Amino acid sequence: MRHIISILIENEAGALSRVAGLFSARGYNIESLTVAPTDDPTLSRMTLVTRGSEAIIEQITKQLNKLVDVVKLIDLTEGPHIEREMMLIKVKAVGDSRDEVKRLVEIFRGRIIDVTDTSYIIELTGDAKKLDAFINAARGAGIIETVRSGVSGIGRGEKGLRI
Amino acid sequence: METTGADIVIRSLHDEGVEHIFGYPGGAALHIYDALYAQEDVKHVLVRHEQGAVHAADGYARSTGKTGVALVTSGPGVTNTITGIATAYMDSIPMVIISGQVTSNLIGDDAFQEVDAVGISRPCVKHNFLVKDVKDLAMTIKKAFYIASTGRPGPVLVDIPKDVTAHRTEYTYPKTVSMRSYNPVVKGHSGQIKKAVELLLSAKRPMIYAGGGVIIDNASELLTAFVRLLGYPCTNTLMGLGGYPATDPLNVGMLGMHGTYEANMGMHDCDVLLSVGARFDDRVTGDVNKFCPHAKIIHIDIDPAQISKNIPCDVPIVGSVSTVLTEMIELIKASKTKPDKGAIKQWWDQIDEWRSLNCLKYETDDKLIKPQYVVEKLYELTGGDAFVTSDVGQHQMFAAQFYKFDQPRRWINSGGLGTMGFGLPAAMGVQLAHPDATVACVTGEGSIQMCIQELSTCKQYDLPIKIVNLNNRYLGMVRQWQEFFYESRYSHSYMDALPDFMKLAEAYGHVGMRIEKPGDVEGAIKEALKLKDRLVFMDFITDQNANVYPMIAAGKGHNEMELGPCAAVVDPDRELA
Repeated sequence: MRHIISILIENEAGALSRVAGLFSARGYNIESLTVAPTDDPTLSRMTLVTRGSEAIIEQITKQLNKLVDVVKLIDLTEGPHIEREMMLIKVKAVGDSRDEVKRLVEIFRGRIIDVTDTSYIIELTGDAKKLDAFINAARGAGIIETVRSGVSGIGRGEKGLRI
Repeated sequence: METTGADIVIRSLHDEGVEHIFGYPGGAALHIYDALYAQEDVKHVLVRHEQGAVHAADGYARSTGKTGVALVTSGPGVTNTITGIATAYMDSIPMVIISGQVTSNLIGDDAFQEVDAVGISRPCVKHNFLVKDVKDLAMTIKKAFYIASTGRPGPVLVDIPKDVTAHRTEYTYPKTVSMRSYNPVVKGHSGQIKKAVELLLSAKRPMIYAGGGVIIDNASELLTAFVRLLGYPCTNTLMGLGGYPATDPLNVGMLGMHGTYEANMGMHDCDVLLSVGARFDDRVTGDVNKFCPHAKIIHIDIDPAQISKNIPCDVPIVGSVSTVLTEMIELIKASKTKPDKGAIKQWWDQIDEWRSLNCLKYETDDKLIKPQYVVEKLYELTGGDAFVTSDVGQHQMFAAQFYKFDQPRRWINSGGLGTMGFGLPAAMGVQLAHPDATVACVTGEGSIQMCIQELSTCKQYDLPIKIVNLNNRYLGMVRQWQEFFYESRYSHSYMDALPDFMKLAEAYGHVGMRIEKPGDVEGAIKEALKLKDRLVFMDFITDQNANVYPMIAAGKGHNEMELGPCAAVVDPDRELA
């Protein structure tokens, strides 16, 4: 099962390496990992996407909680939540495909943020499946470069992951 | 008044109550060593290799319950500590390691004696710090001791660049510390404790499986009261020996790979298992699929990550052993339900039948010294009252099987990491903490050579350790596995060029003995024990073919033990009690 684990961690040097090191040392998967400071600059918020059986996910959350720098964490997939990922994708845009790519961007509610005679850079936000779908659709036109941010997630409702 | 970072390090240690530290100087630690020179509160023991410093601090911590402290320099100073740190980490030993680091502006430049100490130690510490500002130094040391000694204890490394030890600031040692990201749970969940007690009182074939957590939490007396209150059998892990008195009739001995027949069979057949501060290590469980097939499992552990890690648990209780046991004792005393006397009697009859096999019995010989015999004599002649450190291998198992520990913190061994070379330096830490006690290091000719340089430290500080070297000229446990599982192909387990240990001990300024006949064993140990102020190296030339029995081979269950040639044979298809 795929799980999204959201972590509040002290914004200190080495905190990321502790999390990454834990995953490699214990043989857990990381599908994606994003990290940036929060509104409180002493805290970073990390969103980690991983896969494993219930027993493994339980171990992952417990081992993460044991890290001294980890303040709090939540498995977002246990409740209603929103996940988003941002993609910047550079696609060939020449001849007929210029219009075709533009239409595709509209269908996916993306934005073209850079234009040359032969290419577009498209900004697209959504869940991982939507971004995958766009990549598949744009393949015909020719993809030059893809950059994905990795998943960020947040629980629905008024409660939040705060200290 | 302002003072230097180096002075702050030493004053912080003193204010933390540290009396002894173990270390080795070097460039990046020189300011700290200069601060040490100027005072007498914190006593420094100069080891001969940094691994020895960490093991000594470890032995000091295990035998006292206090946090052990080691001080080393950057680069190789730190890398030499890693084995010791990993040893302490695996066995949850409170320890603070202070390492010098190259000057801040050189970090990352591949400077002389530079290594990323925080990075290289990260997987084997509970936490670590790089101190970047002298103003953070006292608080960081306070945090290091707090983290090392609370919750599930463990080693904490504090890496201090040389310039930080030279910078000056006001010194005040913080009285308290609180960390929003670190708040270990101590008190167990009352509902779970109640459930556990109900389950325990309903048991017909209970087993109490007690580990190192009992010793770490100073809960031996509580455990003893608890077990006696119930009248249930109690088995100890290798790390838990002494947590329940070994000579008490309710104790069924050590469990696991080289545990007793009665302990392992009891595990296999029990219907309720209570694990107290143990972590279901693979050397304890054998094949997890065959582990306690009939039992409901209750698990008390201060570390939530241990619960259901290897074996799914029915009643988890996260909390310290002492608080949980205290609550359980109260509940049991107040409960109208009492243990099922008839069923428990029947269970004990079964256990006593297993016991009657005398699974530890070994062949005796009047020409060859049996290693078991040496440990038995050591036990008798020290009245069971010595501190015993060990290295890793056959001798370690013989010591665990034949030295009956009635008290906690007397058995000092590397259970988790299995570090050869641990025994002698650990014994130094123990002897320093307990100057008048008998400290024996049971070792083998393989292990002792891994940190033998510390014989020199023992001389400098007059540490009268009694070294019991069970010298069989083989890496015994390797040889045993090669005999059993590799058709006796003894690949590189035989040592062809051993030193004359007697002369070696004498060269270091100690007393050396070589004992070659079983008849001389007792006399030699007696003589060594009489030499109260001298280190005595007893080199026992033992039977080369002795094996450790009983044994559960890897991948086997508790009921699939191999017994030694002296133990009686049992019917594997017998009915459950």
